[in-house]
Amino acid sequence: MLNLGLDILGLARFQFGMTTVFHFFFVPFSIGLAFVVAVMETMYAIKGDQDYKRMAQFWGKMFLYSFAVGVVTGIIQEFQFGMNWSEYSRFMGDIFGAPLAIEALAAFFIESTFIGVWMFTWGRFNKWIHTLFIWLVMFGSSLSALWILAANSFMQNPLGYIINKQTGHVQMVSFSKVLGNPQLWNEFPHVIFGAFVTAAFVIAGCSAWRLLKRDHVTFYRKSLNVALIIGLIFSLGSIASGDLQTRYLINNHPMTFAAMEGLYKDSTNKGEWTAVGGFDTKNHKSTWSVDVPYVLNLLSYHKTTGTVKGMNKVNKELHAKYDKKFGNDMNYYVPTKTLFWSFRIMAGAGALFALLAVVGLIMNRKKSQAIMKQRWFLYILGLCLWLPFVVNTAGWFVTEFGRYPWVVYGLLTIADAVSPNVSVASLLTSNIVYFLMFAGMGLVMVVLCHRTLKAGPDAANTDGYAAGDKEIDPYSKGAFNHD
Amino acid sequence: MTNLQLLWFILIGVLFSGFFFLEGFDFGVGMLIKSFARNDAEEDVVIRTIGPHWDGNEVWLITAGGAMFASFPMWYATLFSGYYLILFFILAALIFRGVSFEFRANMETAKWRNFWGWAGTIGSLCAAFLFGLLFTSMIAGMPIDKNGDMTAHFLDYVNLFSVVGGVAVTVLCLVHGLNFIRLKTAGELRERALSWNKILYPVLFAGEVVFAILLFFSTDFFDKKPLTTTAIVVALVVFTVLAYWGVLGNHEWLSFIGSGLSLISVVVLIFNGLFPRVMIANNSAFSLLIKNSSSSPYTLKLMTILAFSILPIVLVYFIWSYWVFYKRLASPKQSA
Repeated sequence: MLNLGLDILGLARFQFGMTTVFHFFFVPFSIGLAFVVAVMETMYAIKGDQDYKRMAQFWGKMFLYSFAVGVVTGIIQEFQFGMNWSEYSRFMGDIFGAPLAIEALAAFFIESTFIGVWMFTWGRFNKWIHTLFIWLVMFGSSLSALWILAANSFMQNPLGYIINKQTGHVQMVSFSKVLGNPQLWNEFPHVIFGAFVTAAFVIAGCSAWRLLKRDHVTFYRKSLNVALIIGLIFSLGSIASGDLQTRYLINNHPMTFAAMEGLYKDSTNKGEWTAVGGFDTKNHKSTWSVDVPYVLNLLSYHKTTGTVKGMNKVNKELHAKYDKKFGNDMNYYVPTKTLFWSFRIMAGAGALFALLAVVGLIMNRKKSQAIMKQRWFLYILGLCLWLPFVVNTAGWFVTEFGRYPWVVYGLLTIADAVSPNVSVASLLTSNIVYFLMFAGMGLVMVVLCHRTLKAGPDAANTDGYAAGDKEIDPYSKGAFNHD
Repeated sequence: MTNLQLLWFILIGVLFSGFFFLEGFDFGVGMLIKSFARNDAEEDVVIRTIGPHWDGNEVWLITAGGAMFASFPMWYATLFSGYYLILFFILAALIFRGVSFEFRANMETAKWRNFWGWAGTIGSLCAAFLFGLLFTSMIAGMPIDKNGDMTAHFLDYVNLFSVVGGVAVTVLCLVHGLNFIRLKTAGELRERALSWNKILYPVLFAGEVVFAILLFFSTDFFDKKPLTTTAIVVALVVFTVLAYWGVLGNHEWLSFIGSGLSLISVVVLIFNGLFPRVMIANNSAFSLLIKNSSSSPYTLKLMTILAFSILPIVLVYFIWSYWVFYKRLASPKQSA
């Protein structure tokens, strides 16, 4: 056999990372767009201003593209656990399956049913009823995030279970503990707020590019305004919820936290915070760093004193705790550079978004023309439309790499979770094909959004059917005397 | 075997029945895009019949998969890892057809509209065929080891029986799709669907007979449960006859319900034959059984409470969403 140095574990991990990251480009974007579009349509329902209706329809198109890709890449996720991680599925099924099934039953049905109704019934229902449909879509998709994060939270912080002595698998003993997992309630708001910020800044960025061309100025300035208000509220929300989550990590996942801050040694009472730095991951030490005193303690404890455990110490503690069960050759260091930089991207972008929103809202006041004159600002906004996708990926990296070497924290290692019976050839094939398909779909998405933007808000509805199809009521007289 | 385990075995069957009944016609309609519709405008109408529904229909699959994971993790793990490549191709097909409707509608050139039209057609065709292939090969028995891991070879997946099963399911979906088109359109398309079904039904009968014969030789269904298996096979044929009678007599609803029930009969046939197993191993000692593949009683009870409180609500708005689009779509005017 051809040996490329590839193994099942590496390929399965790569596939999980690739499919999840790609799926997670579209999930927050869709959830966020559903929210922003719902807000726009609600404004229309309240004010009766046709501009808001056009806004909801126009940005709604991007929502539909993104939703379609989000749905189809989501099916991969559900199948993947069984396909690539059968040992994980056997071990975790008792706990992990339930939220997944409920997600489909309680959330996917709502969003998929009402998105179909919403997209094809403009003008057929009372405007309040039609607005309700998009809120139901938004409610359904947020609910799905809750359930999948409930499942993910167990992997990060197992609660409400026992180990079945016969099978060695986890077994649920308290659903309320699984659902009440503090990890979940720290993670969920952050993910949802991040989704709103994503959509807000994509809309803001797209509007900025059109404003640079002085195209439909009123329309895009109004869109920009809605986007930036939402962007401001929820970037602040993201920062606050991110702060809660970080402080939760200090106690519950000290290794993850230490890696995010690049701490190999315990911090001193002075709380020196590494703004940027380099790391020697082999010898477990930092090579250089730019430190700022007190900031670490301010971030960690909201006060100037205190110490934070470094990775070297946590590693020893983990060995002491787990060596009996998992042997002493385990490596408990998480991928430090990835976590350190991902965290910086996330935190930096959060602050940048809030700042951009404030400046943008000031410039975009009704009576002021500042936004049209300060072209540099529009360029920055325009470029920042890509940033949320980078940030979401970084956030996902921190969470998922932070779990290393566990797939279920303290219970099951990644290496023990993989399907033993799937061949390298199968995995390699699926990896390559998925990659090509994702590249193709990503490209079509970008082209479609770009084209929609260029065609502008007055373009006819290209969904072809929504506007012009002829319908015949089968219960009306003469319905069957066609032609 | 506890009552809850039995209940969930049945519920998984119900969810797959729902999936095949609903996605059955939208696979069928999908296959018709590039074969049945004669021009771009007709393709629009054909796709529009399932436009608001296909996504909700697919959720039945996701729910069935999720429910299987939750209630029978061992079954889920063995089935999904064992059928790795088949499921991978199914996923690829579902992805292509899923995005094709939205993408096609937004393409500017005829060439690309054509491309995505074909993606929808071939994606639907492959998905239907592969589901048929998967379930047929599964009931014939597979090489499963003590740990529950399946390591099968090409011929275990693809053989005469499984290919006939795949084709039968494909044709069933196709006629079901045509029956749906009959209900949802008016004019030329509605007439053409009738003439297509008049030809396809005899093909389907032939397929069902071959399938029944192979079922006898390839599975232990007739050995172990001669009565129920025969009864269900007869029901399958009777439903198909009823549907065909509906086609000939121009009773649209009868033919649509008939083809839907034929698809459900296939699922019932499979689940009846599996019982009390969930996966059939060539070495019967390693077959996965309902009693030792399930989740804990706690999880099953929890899932039961949740399913019975949520599912009725889902059914109400799901059916309502079909009611919203009860009107027929006119066939486009023939442009010379």
